Amino acid sequence: MGKSIDLLQGTLDLLILKTLALEPMHGWGIAQRIQQISKDVLQVQQGSLDPARYRLEQQGWIAAEWGASENNRRAKFYRLTASGRKQLERETSNWTRLSAAIAQVLEAAS
Amino acid sequence: MFNLHALFHKNRAEREMDDELRFHLEKQIEQNIASGMSKEEARYAALRQFGNVGAIKEECRDSWGVRFINELAQDLRYGLRQLRSNPGFTIVAVFTLALGMAAAVAIFGFVDSALIRPLPYPNLARLMGVFKTSALGGQQLGYSYPDYLDLERFNTVFASIAAYDGDKDFVLSDAGSVHPVNGIGVTGNFFRILGVTPILGRDFVAHSASEDLLAAPSTVILSYAAWQKWFGGRPDVLGKAVTLNGESYTVIGVLPRSFQFAPTGASEFWTTLRPFAGDPCQLSRGCMAMGVIARLKDGVSLQQALADVRAIAAQEARQHPDPDRDRGANIVPLSQVILGNIRPVLLALFGGTGLLLLIAYFNVASLLLVRSENRRREFAVRGAFGAPRRRLVQQFVTEGLALVVISGGLGLLAAMLVRRLLLRLIPSDMLNLMPYLRRSGWSWHVAAFAMVLVLVACALFAITPATRLPFANLRAALAEGDRGAAGTAWRRLGARLAVLELATTMVLLAGAGLLGKSFSRLMHVDLGFVPSHVATLSILAPESKYSNSEQAIALQREIVSRLQSLPGMTAAGAASDLPVGGEGGTQIGFVGRPSLGENNAVGHILLSPGYLSVLQARLLRGRYFNENDNANAPLVAVINQTLARRYFAGENPIGKQFFYHSHGSDAKLDGPGHPTQIVGVIADVKQNALDGPATPVVYTPFDQEPGPSFFIAVRTSQEAAAVLPTLIAAIHKIDPGIVTSGGATMPEIIQDSPAAYWHRASAFLAGGFAALALLLSIVGLYGVIAYSVSRRTREIGVRMALGASRGSVYRLILKEAGWLTLIGVVIGIPGSIAAGMFIRSLLFGVRSWDVSILGTVAAVLITSALLASYFPARRAACVNPVEALRTE
Repeated sequence: MGKSIDLLQGTLDLLILKTLALEPMHGWGIAQRIQQISKDVLQVQQGSLDPARYRLEQQGWIAAEWGASENNRRAKFYRLTASGRKQLERETSNWTRLSAAIAQVLEAAS
Repeated sequence: MFNLHALFHKNRAEREMDDELRFHLEKQIEQNIASGMSKEEARYAALRQFGNVGAIKEECRDSWGVRFINELAQDLRYGLRQLRSNPGFTIVAVFTLALGMAAAVAIFGFVDSALIRPLPYPNLARLMGVFKTSALGGQQLGYSYPDYLDLERFNTVFASIAAYDGDKDFVLSDAGSVHPVNGIGVTGNFFRILGVTPILGRDFVAHSASEDLLAAPSTVILSYAAWQKWFGGRPDVLGKAVTLNGESYTVIGVLPRSFQFAPTGASEFWTTLRPFAGDPCQLSRGCMAMGVIARLKDGVSLQQALADVRAIAAQEARQHPDPDRDRGANIVPLSQVILGNIRPVLLALFGGTGLLLLIAYFNVASLLLVRSENRRREFAVRGAFGAPRRRLVQQFVTEGLALVVISGGLGLLAAMLVRRLLLRLIPSDMLNLMPYLRRSGWSWHVAAFAMVLVLVACALFAITPATRLPFANLRAALAEGDRGAAGTAWRRLGARLAVLELATTMVLLAGAGLLGKSFSRLMHVDLGFVPSHVATLSILAPESKYSNSEQAIALQREIVSRLQSLPGMTAAGAASDLPVGGEGGTQIGFVGRPSLGENNAVGHILLSPGYLSVLQARLLRGRYFNENDNANAPLVAVINQTLARRYFAGENPIGKQFFYHSHGSDAKLDGPGHPTQIVGVIADVKQNALDGPATPVVYTPFDQEPGPSFFIAVRTSQEAAAVLPTLIAAIHKIDPGIVTSGGATMPEIIQDSPAAYWHRASAFLAGGFAALALLLSIVGLYGVIAYSVSRRTREIGVRMALGASRGSVYRLILKEAGWLTLIGVVIGIPGSIAAGMFIRSLLFGVRSWDVSILGTVAAVLITSALLASYFPARRAACVNPVEALRTE
């Protein structure tokens, strides 16, 4: 397991939205998926994920329904809504611009 | 974001959240097991990884947007449960706060109605009262009618000016019976100056002033109350005739219900000055009976106006030295004329309630501190379970608010009751002179004031205890079992509050003591006569039958001899003024002496021969009047001791002669004519206000200056109040047309006199406040000491285990209380003296720093404080050392 990095403030929402854009899943799965895709670099605490997810649901960007998990337990499944998809596009382009800008600054400095 | 679903289906939302979080936790445990941990291990690791579940839930609830409302409801429920579960605390706190607020709001209602809300006259600031002055008579003497005419004609500073002639006894003849009513004569423009228009009919026509007296038509305007009382409020009253003093008057108007003119009380029949025209006094310059009001011209300052009226007065003094010599003039804003007496009383009472409220605040604050101290552990636990700091404070604020709202509500209700009670306690005669007090109910001023009290209370009771929450060191608060340093810090704060309470109580007690002593001094003032068993009555005989001297003399003699012959009467007499009721007034000049200048003003009262023995006043020298001192005999007078002392120091005044302005004449004070000879000296009889200074008075025989209206006084061997109906019946047997009014015993007259009333009222109210303050602060001190004992149980146990005796434990606790009280008293003394200075205009015969009162008050305070701390001390002394050491 490589060294994990603390998440940048505000990026958690983006990650949740992106993860759900791939496929609907339950709350536990989101954290696992982020960890898995980032090859364990991004360790998301369930404790910080749950409130963030509640917030997104409240904004109307993701929607939830009850379903059965892999081993037939009741779990809440989340999917991206239409406005969530737009929000994801906005945040993605923001992020791209931001990271590009940071990269430029770093290159100039070296 | 406002999730209604979450608000109304709170339980479901909560359940779903719990389900989901539990699911996540279990998944984590599964994963941990999968990575090789034991079941137990996996569980703890998952909980650690997860973080504080309570806090996460809170954060999740945050996003629902209804958390605040839910929490408020929750806090409120919890707070009310706390208050219920601790009824002792709740009752004391609510009672204390409600009491403090009720007193403050009720008194503020009166302050507001009198001193804050403007009196109901438009452009009040330009309305002035104009007065004559003299060195002895004071700064607010009336104008004589001729002097008033001068003022109207020559002044250059008033836009308009009007006069009124006191509150007179009128006789209303109604269907064959006669009733004494309150009548008043005014100049034509009186109501226009005050800005009052009749609600029915019309105002008087504004005559030129000289026509006011005789040429004015006989018209009358009714007060609203008189309209209701005598005419049943019928609208067809206009044009109706009423018979006043035997003359027919036409009703031309009705005044608005809200109209009030405090200086004249509750006048019912408002006429022009016409009814007064027959009185010779009215046309003389010596008869200073008129009140004058005026409206300043725009741009004229009070100073300019003052200079103008003074110049006119000086001119009068030159042109009419008898009697205007040495008289000046004065202008006082009308609001001050009306409110002058009540202002210091109200301010003192308001100050008293302020202090009482302060004590109530201190008391409840220290009670709350004890509670917050006892709940430190509870809050530490709640903090440990994930309650955020904001949430803990919110809980405290909610509890404080609940307390304040409950007590505030009760307090305001009580304030309304107190207000009504106090208004009912004011005799209606007094209230008529302060009509503005009747509007002391709700106003937005009162509401705002109450709101401020509530907000201050909220700030104090919600925020103060919250500052004592154990944020800094949750773990210490939990582990320590809440002992030690924090307790000491609290004890210091609680002790300070107790000291402040005691000092404030001392101030209130001392103030009440001063007012009480003033009242007692007033009641024991040397009256110069024996008031018990004396009954009095005012006689008003119809002028038509008793206008000439012979008729008036015959009537007076007939009445006195009839009354004297009634069973149980030991003496009867007549007088133009009763003791404590007034002293008339005239100017004198002694034969063969230079003019007295401004010192010539003396009281003047007409007496019948029997009067002195009714009062049992003491004759010091010479003789008293007898039946032979009549119109044909030489003019004689009896003087009082003050007059003898002032003008005849070291001389025998008997046989000396003087001139005076007898009723309705402006005779010169240095002759020519018949001088009056002094035949006797009596010890001072208190003629004016009880708290007034001794004044020189001349008494002359009734028979030498008779009139149809006078007072009679009888001394009886029976209960004085019981003989009044017999007296009235006897007088009506002589002539049923005679109006009798004001039947009262002499002790009643003394008790009901304004001076006695004001002193009694302020002494009793202040005494009540002080007693409440004492009760509250003693309860507060008890709380502090009892709490201190409960925290020191372990220490006391150790001391006793090491051999301390019961006595030394008593000493330990009582010393603590004693110190607090002593500091309170020491701080209270300068405060008490300052309060004494503040109310010095209300004091009579006692100084602001009366040592005996300060000493008594300190003794009372210390005794009650030691008594209050005796019980906790006994509890401390009864501590079983073994148990004390084990329980902690």
